[in-house]
Amino acid sequence: MTCSRRDFLKDAVGGTLATVMPLSAFTFLSHSEARAAVQESKVRWAFLVDTNKCVGCGLCVKACKNENEIPYDAEVTRTWVERYVVTKDGNTHIDSPMGGRDGFTSMEVDGEEIDPDNIEKAFFVPKLCNQCDNPACVQVCPVGATYQTNDGVVLVDRDWCIGCGYCIMACPYGVRFFHPVHKVADKCNFCYHRISKGMEPACVECCAFGARRIANLKDPDDPVTKIIMTERVAVLKDEYGTKPHVFYLGLDANVR
Amino acid sequence: MKWHVLRPLWVAIGLVGAILVARVFLVPDDFGVHGKNFTYGYYRLSNVQEWVDFPVKYQGREGCVECHEANVVTLNASSHAPVECENCHGPGAHHPDGIESLPLNTTRELCLRCHAYLEYPNSARGSLISIEDKRHRRRRECVKCHDPHDPGEDT
Repeated sequence: MTCSRRDFLKDAVGGTLATVMPLSAFTFLSHSEARAAVQESKVRWAFLVDTNKCVGCGLCVKACKNENEIPYDAEVTRTWVERYVVTKDGNTHIDSPMGGRDGFTSMEVDGEEIDPDNIEKAFFVPKLCNQCDNPACVQVCPVGATYQTNDGVVLVDRDWCIGCGYCIMACPYGVRFFHPVHKVADKCNFCYHRISKGMEPACVECCAFGARRIANLKDPDDPVTKIIMTERVAVLKDEYGTKPHVFYLGLDANVR
Repeated sequence: MKWHVLRPLWVAIGLVGAILVARVFLVPDDFGVHGKNFTYGYYRLSNVQEWVDFPVKYQGREGCVECHEANVVTLNASSHAPVECENCHGPGAHHPDGIESLPLNTTRELCLRCHAYLEYPNSARGSLISIEDKRHRRRRECVKCHDPHDPGEDT
């Protein structure tokens, strides 16, 4: 085989171009550019409940019902407060009359009088939608009427929901209910209309004791995110693998 | 195959076709996978904006101070400072369009939410000043004696 000097140079230049040109189609992205390219949100909403601070006034439940147009006297609510009274005989008495809407003003638990001397401990636990990372309720929806937004909140499309109730059954936390007016599934959405405008959810704003707080987990400077990241927090029913995003400070083993 | 066996097959195929055609018209254009995957992110995109546009009702103290500065200043200096105006006065969304839209709640039940005595020694409830509902001035409204804007000073 012979190869002239001219042919060799031609082939060398051509070969180099053929290999380098396609490479230039690739760009090296920084980490942040890569994230922006897949349109990942800069927000991941989460919630922090400090059960040590809750006094069971129920103003959060009242505010939630008013803010989100949930019929006030219907036995459904997007958030509720549970009272736990653990007695010295080892029993746990739990109640949440009307979701704690009118507060807890009596020592009676579920119609049962409890001797104050017999109480070992008593506390209040606010509950709301956990905005799970693996939401079981979304997975079971047969029509795509409930979904996870890019900032982590699970919403219900009221125009698209057929009211079959699968999601109400699927939620391990029991936060979903059938809306008596709109006849669709309904649930807490962290007051999506408020948090997306820079406001706090209604329950957070109305809590006088700081027991409820909202956090953006993707903002490392968020004071509530710092608490979630650095303090000893727990979630409800971790064993279900739903990756709930409502974190609890001072959660008792009796809370289910 | 005989004709009478094939006929239901044509009906079935026709039905599937009709459903597919109807789907084109019934399913909104923005319906599809918008989130992280099909399992969790298959939805109608415009619904997100519909939720964002949901009307806000609780306005916060900043709205109240414009007209009711004296009350807000008194409240802020008192031990009731963390209590939002709208907790007692109701959501201010339509105020001040109609004064009747904000009925003043002066009932005993409102105060008892926090101030009814519950004998729970290790609960935060125990640190609040509280009364025994059945023993303390049973039929009087709390506001007859106590100023909710400045509870430290009795009227």
